[in-house]
Amino acid sequence: MSDKATTADKTLFTPFNVVAGFIIIIGTVITILRFTGGLAAVTNLSDNNPWGLWIGFDLLVGVALAAGGFVTSAAVYLFGMKKYHSAVRPAVLTGFLGYALVVFALHYDVGRPWRLPYPFIMQSGTTSLLFEVGACVALYLTVLFLEFMPAPLEWLGLKRIRELAVKLTLVLTIFGVVLSTLHQSSLGALFLIVPSKLHPLWYSPYLPVYFFISSIIAGLSMVIFESTLSHHYFVDKMDGTHLSENEGVTLGFAKAASFVLAGYFIIKIIGISFADNWYLLGTSYGIWFLVEILGFVALPSFLYAVGVRDKNLKLIKWTSLLAVLGIILNRLNVSLIAFNWHLPSSERYFPHWMEIAISVFIVTIGIVVFRFIVTRMPIFYEHPEYKDNH
Amino acid sequence: MSISRRKFLGWIGAAGAGSAIGSTALAGGNKHFTGYPGSYAVLHDTVLCVGCRLCEASCNKVNELPAPDKPFTDLEVLNKKRRTTAKTYTVVNKYESAGKKGPLFRKIQCNHCLEPACASACFVRAFSKTAVGAVTYDSTVCVGCRYCMVACPFEIPAYEYDEPLTPRVMKCTMCYPRITKGQLPGCVEACPKEALTYGKREDLLKIARARIRKYPDRYVDHVYGESEMGGTSWLYLSGVPFSEIGMREDLGITPAPDLTSGALAVVPMVVGLWPVLLTGIYAISKRKEKIAEQELNEAVKHAANEVKEKAEAKLAEALAKAHTEKDAAVEKAVKKALEEAAKSQAKEDS
Ligand code: SF4
Ligand code: SF4
Ligand code: SF4
Repeated sequence: MSDKATTADKTLFTPFNVVAGFIIIIGTVITILRFTGGLAAVTNLSDNNPWGLWIGFDLLVGVALAAGGFVTSAAVYLFGMKKYHSAVRPAVLTGFLGYALVVFALHYDVGRPWRLPYPFIMQSGTTSLLFEVGACVALYLTVLFLEFMPAPLEWLGLKRIRELAVKLTLVLTIFGVVLSTLHQSSLGALFLIVPSKLHPLWYSPYLPVYFFISSIIAGLSMVIFESTLSHHYFVDKMDGTHLSENEGVTLGFAKAASFVLAGYFIIKIIGISFADNWYLLGTSYGIWFLVEILGFVALPSFLYAVGVRDKNLKLIKWTSLLAVLGIILNRLNVSLIAFNWHLPSSERYFPHWMEIAISVFIVTIGIVVFRFIVTRMPIFYEHPEYKDNH
Repeated sequence: MSISRRKFLGWIGAAGAGSAIGSTALAGGNKHFTGYPGSYAVLHDTVLCVGCRLCEASCNKVNELPAPDKPFTDLEVLNKKRRTTAKTYTVVNKYESAGKKGPLFRKIQCNHCLEPACASACFVRAFSKTAVGAVTYDSTVCVGCRYCMVACPFEIPAYEYDEPLTPRVMKCTMCYPRITKGQLPGCVEACPKEALTYGKREDLLKIARARIRKYPDRYVDHVYGESEMGGTSWLYLSGVPFSEIGMREDLGITPAPDLTSGALAVVPMVVGLWPVLLTGIYAISKRKEKIAEQELNEAVKHAANEVKEKAEAKLAEALAKAHTEKDAAVEKAVKKALEEAAKSQAKEDS
């Protein structure tokens, strides 16, 4: 699936286009069903299970995996790790697209999407963690948009505005970190209100801390994982700097991820000890919990460390996939699998295939737009006119 | 019962979320809201309930809800466990208990919590706890996010999932329009057995305790709703442990807003401290960079100087050497000349 479409308009029917087109057609049909028949027509949601895949995956996983933007720009611009500079633009782009898609996906899930601004313009429920999430996501989407602006402005050749956008970098980065800290953690805090519905191994007063720390893991791992994919498909778009810095970025981020995973593992254990939940580990939920924290937290931490020590890039890349899967698993555990664990299995939720199809549809839109942008704008390379300009 | 454990968790929640980021959480606090004074409530005495479903029928009528699939007179419906839905604000369920012969019944509806989870969770404040006791809902601001349904510990609010564009959250209103006019709630008015009593919450608590005192072998010594989740405006009496009539006994007494206030209290701290810390870090890394640059410059200069110095030294040495070499040559020449002179003298002498 190399990128033929831009170099030549020989044929539109590349394998990529065919698959993407097919998914988009199905998605459009389901979209019509959703907005004519209501949620009941396309989802398995019920009064006992008001949140399903579109919240568990599209919102919780989406936001966590889009953390690469704030993690990378903080590392480079605030912590002065200039040598990772070439990783910033791809990460900011994925962050921006990720958040835009999260907001897009919410339009399917909420009952009256045009009222999404209501909490800010009509009546604010400031006691709600969801208010905090909404406010931060809306602001952060704007921040990411501005952070991303230099690329399209260079593409369009609008030098003056670009200068202005670049000048904002530092302020935007700080703003981005503040907003990310808040909403990444409040996504976890959303579940603080349901101690009676979420299994005690996942329910913890530390949920906001867990969500924040694990979002850093998600951000670091996604940068590594994405760069692996991009190298595969867009290597012709990359300049010398990007290619030569890439190994350093991978090693540096892997090392950081290994440490953060270790810390995350420790605070998870502290959480269990604090609530004295050890006795629950023998139950079936306990085993599932152990699978999560041993297989998807401890193991990737160890593998990252080995990968860095041996400079084994292949191992690191596979580990990043493992860590990303671990984050997905965690978010689905909290929102769906360990949620409502007290209900009999007949009242539990399992997504309808059309819910899954919409999630796939939204991810596909993300990939198509990403591809459109990186094949046109200076993402993986520095624009010749703006070199050394950062 | 794990109430104490839950309570404990609650404290930890307050302490943990706060201390983790280093601010004092406002959670818990020392003030405990016990409801608006003089607010109204309903006491449901399940011991007296006969499962006739007249309350369900009345609720359906006064709230103008859609007609049910099976008529309210059909008691077969009771054989299946039901919950509230978008079309039914209240349902009566049947339970069997080992300790009692004959079925037990319990009516389910919104409990009109004193500090409602639904209201605390809603990001447009669509719910309000009114002073008369009812928790009301305003569909004109509702976005339809369904977080209220996630939050409600009693699994009460339902949603119009089949409405494509104008879905509402549906739940019992405690007949707010009726009680503000001085009428009884529909269900209470219809109950033939006085299994439902409407009145001031304080009075109902007294009545409930009096019944327990009078018939200690008929009632479990607990008024459900007096303190569950911080207290509710719907109170229950039972002859068997409440868990046997489908009511959770592990909810604890922490009101829902206290579960999240710690996390909310951290927000201003993050907003206040993060930018300062981050700018600090930026300044440090910037300074490090500058120092590194300076050091580099100096090193370069130093190296250049060294090279120059070395070159000079070499030159001097070379000059000196040249000097000495020259001197030596002169000396040698002089010596030679002298020797020659001496030789010729000696020749002359001999
Ligand atoms: S029972 Fe549920 S819906 Fe009713 S007031 Fe309490 S939290 Fe809200
Ligand atoms: S569904 Fe409506 S009432 Fe419930 S929390 Fe969301 S906005 Fe509030
Ligand atoms: S009307 Fe009264 S006795 Fe009949 S089911 Fe309802 S609460 Fe029970």
